[in-house]
Amino acid sequence: MNASRPFLSIRGIHKAFAAPGGTTVALNGIDLEIARGSFVSIIGPSGCGKSTLLQIMAGLVEPTSGAVFLDGRKVDGPPPSVIYVFQQYTRSLFPWKTVERNVAFGLENRERLSRETIIARTREILALVKLTGFERYFPWQLSGGMQQRVAIARALACRPDVLLMDEPFSAVDALTRVGLQELVRGLWRELGLTVVFVTHDVDEGVYLSSRMVALSRAPARIAIDLPIELPYPRDQIATRALPEYLDYRARLLAQLFADEGLVSTEAA
Amino acid sequence: MSDAVKTDLPAPAPPGVKTAGGIALLWRTRWFGVGFIALLLALWELAAVSGWVPSMSFPRMSAVLATWWEIIISGELVGELLPSILRMFAGYFIGVALGVALGLLMGYFRFFYSLLEPITEVLRPIPSPAYLPIVILFLGIDDEMKIFMISFASLFPVLLNTYSGVRGVDPIQLQTARTFGVTGWKLLWQIVLPSAAPYIFTGMRVSLAVALIVMVISEMVAASSGIGYFILSAQRGFKIREMFAGVLTLAVVGYVLNRLFVAIENKVLAWHYGYTLQQRN
Repeated sequence: MNASRPFLSIRGIHKAFAAPGGTTVALNGIDLEIARGSFVSIIGPSGCGKSTLLQIMAGLVEPTSGAVFLDGRKVDGPPPSVIYVFQQYTRSLFPWKTVERNVAFGLENRERLSRETIIARTREILALVKLTGFERYFPWQLSGGMQQRVAIARALACRPDVLLMDEPFSAVDALTRVGLQELVRGLWRELGLTVVFVTHDVDEGVYLSSRMVALSRAPARIAIDLPIELPYPRDQIATRALPEYLDYRARLLAQLFADEGLVSTEAA
Repeated sequence: MSDAVKTDLPAPAPPGVKTAGGIALLWRTRWFGVGFIALLLALWELAAVSGWVPSMSFPRMSAVLATWWEIIISGELVGELLPSILRMFAGYFIGVALGVALGLLMGYFRFFYSLLEPITEVLRPIPSPAYLPIVILFLGIDDEMKIFMISFASLFPVLLNTYSGVRGVDPIQLQTARTFGVTGWKLLWQIVLPSAAPYIFTGMRVSLAVALIVMVISEMVAASSGIGYFILSAQRGFKIREMFAGVLTLAVVGYVLNRLFVAIENKVLAWHYGYTLQQRN
């Protein structure tokens, strides 16, 4: 799974924002080498710049200094093989387009495909996220979990190499969340994607990932970089009961709590 | 203009009001208000018959309706109305097209905003009758003048609303489009325009009412045909019943145009109503 050749390289990323009375440094020198096919989760205290880092990787935001390289090429604007999935699916899906047309959006714009191919691929992806039969619905007619599946389907339809997901499950209920976790984990293994996943949920990160990166408070640096060597296939009950799982979780939570100024290890 | 907006609102259903039987519920229906109009017309008739008001300038409603019917079947009214409506639509669609185009450009490109915002703010507040004499000077009193007047007046509500709509496009939608490689003119056409459509329609509805007003005004000031000319010349020739019939005609035209507009808007923006309803819940 872990090819040694660097696929997604984040080199010396600094990001400063204009703030009242000067500038605020959000990211203060982030270096990361992400291997092809890995599932990396980024956690950190709120406001540490996790989302900004992800947007820089997506080419949606320019770093103040440093650069991102994808397969050796500098990221300068959104690369075709990288799709960013927003946390706010209700705002990211186009409400005037049906589910089908939303999913086809990337295909229609990215590649010169025939109408038939687009429809076929759209149907195929919708089946993959278990939304067959909802083609003609509008996104706002669906539940939150279904809407996020539409957003994921739209991203996958372009057959990206890299999926960047910004707290994609934070707005859905706990059971829907488990369903979406399984969906993304399955797709990741099935399609050989590289996933970078921002979350505030340590458990979710450990369960899903092959590697966890914890950022410190802003100005953020990498506080912990931890390979997650839990066996596959993973299971929502069994994996989460493994002593290794609990150990990873405890180490990451300790870092997070220390950063937030919360003094407790009992809480873990 | 304002009643047009009101009639499209759903009738409010006051909570806790329990009424039994069909007659008691009548006041909640549309027929209640329609009945009120009929009552006013009947009072008009009564006032004219009893001579409370000088009958010279206040004919009986029944006489007005009879005259109205006469000029309808004689084709006189259609002969006056049709050219007016055609001029109105010509001007309206030119104004809407320019308003949408300029509003998109100003909302989307900072350059066009800086260039055009001041002149918009200077021209917009001028009441259209004020520049009518200037337009007559340059374009005469024929169709060109009226179409220009109507399109110029219809332009601003559409422009301002389109601009607001473009500025209000959710940045997440723009970012989403960018992550799929959609930028520039494609972004304008595929995301900004549909997203701003509810605003554009609001502007278009205001402009429709404005177009009707300016059509009548320009025909009253300078014309030899058209419904505005018809009303004014009827008044000058003491054909009072014709005058009232002309005004009633405009009421009907305004009402029908608005209903048509609402029907089209409901179809085009069905997604918007569903979406906002879902957001509210």
